[in-house]
Amino acid sequence: MDEIGKFLEMGGYAGFVWPSYAAVLAVLAVLLWLSLRGLRAAEGELSRLEGDAGGARRGGGHEGASET
Amino acid sequence: MKLATVVTPWLGWLTVVLCGAGLYLGLYGSPADYQQGETVRIMYVHVPAAWMALFCYTALAVSAGVGLIWRHPVAEVAARATAPIGACFTFLALLTGSLWGKPMWGTWWVWDARLTSMLVLFFLYLGYLALNSAFDDPQRGARASAILALVGLINVPIIKFSVDWWNTLHQPASIVRMGGPSVHPAMLWPLFLMIGAFTTYYLWVLMLRMRRELTASRLRARRRMQAEEAGV
Amino acid sequence: MKRKHKRLTFAAVGLALVGVAAALALSAFEESIVFFHSPTDVAEGKVEMDRRIRLGGLVEAGSVQKQADAVTGFRITDGAHAIAVTYQGILPDLFREGQGVVTEGRLRGATFVAEEVLAKHDETYMPPEVADALKKSGRWQEEAGKGAAKTGGPGK
Repeated sequence: MDEIGKFLEMGGYAGFVWPSYAAVLAVLAVLLWLSLRGLRAAEGELSRLEGDAGGARRGGGHEGASET
Repeated sequence: MKLATVVTPWLGWLTVVLCGAGLYLGLYGSPADYQQGETVRIMYVHVPAAWMALFCYTALAVSAGVGLIWRHPVAEVAARATAPIGACFTFLALLTGSLWGKPMWGTWWVWDARLTSMLVLFFLYLGYLALNSAFDDPQRGARASAILALVGLINVPIIKFSVDWWNTLHQPASIVRMGGPSVHPAMLWPLFLMIGAFTTYYLWVLMLRMRRELTASRLRARRRMQAEEAGV
Repeated sequence: MKRKHKRLTFAAVGLALVGVAAALALSAFEESIVFFHSPTDVAEGKVEMDRRIRLGGLVEAGSVQKQADAVTGFRITDGAHAIAVTYQGILPDLFREGQGVVTEGRLRGATFVAEEVLAKHDETYMPPEVADALKKSGRWQEEAGKGAAKTGGPGK
């Protein structure tokens, strides 16, 4: 327990060391999440549109595009 | 495109492993510094972020240049995908540097050559991103921002050598210097692991963003085709 | 093919021009980019009296004296010259004898009255045990001297 406390204390510099690591992890995680989400959204839409295009040739409309 | 899909998850796993090992060594498995005590641990995120900020800018300018001269569409996509990642790294280098400077130097910020040129780099990234999306025609945006990226490339050697050319508060280079690194091996290990983790992170997110851009352009082409079909 | 070559030439010439312009601008602003002056600059009369400037160098070993009212007196040296400095206030954690500092203030006669003191650290990082071992084995002087030459000298 004491050892954990000492570790968290960072020799009195806890207020500088931990925010540095937290900021780095937070910013990089958010950027990763945004990039992943963007890719998923684009891929999802493309596959929907491509699946739709087969139907479109058989005489269907273009509902895939109107959904978003 | 297929290769990118295969490689992406591997880059992700590599980043997680390197980052885990680097964090363990950096926060727990390495000694404090004889002068700076525990604050030296900020180095393990500050230095990789600063290096990647310069690396990403160089990659951005080179691919923007290739896109400008050879009109290579994938190079343009790579440049556009790199910019936000590099901007994040630059922001983090400035932020962690400030958090390190306060306890050690006694100030959050000074206008010395190294810090100022790093701030200029951050604005170059923002300028690139703004200019890139400022035009209705994405082609013109890519060209205008590519010129900005190439002009701004001059800032990279200025940042690197600012600590040698002028009196700065920032200390000179510790790793890439004559006579080998002046960092003890026990501290060099977590540093290199984190630099590795930041590099694979960059490649990972680059793959994700490039795949998104390429998918989006296929989407646009598909939409145009559909619109024409519907029009007939 | 021809258009591509033309673009390549344009880009190369443009980059070269920007490089030359930046080099010119930097050499013109040389004086204002210098973050601090060394004691030698002061001794050679390159620094105006009573103007707010920054003075940087190493804290001379054995020169630090705590005076009344939280005033600290010390000497800043670059190996060639040393200037007496007084400062009232809290010093940064890294402020130590033999360590680099940058002070901001005014030159009043022979004494530099600092209003702000910033610590400058060198590029050496090592665990305390290693530093102790180096000191014991006598290799320390060489290491410290290297740091001093880098920190104290004019940066060019």
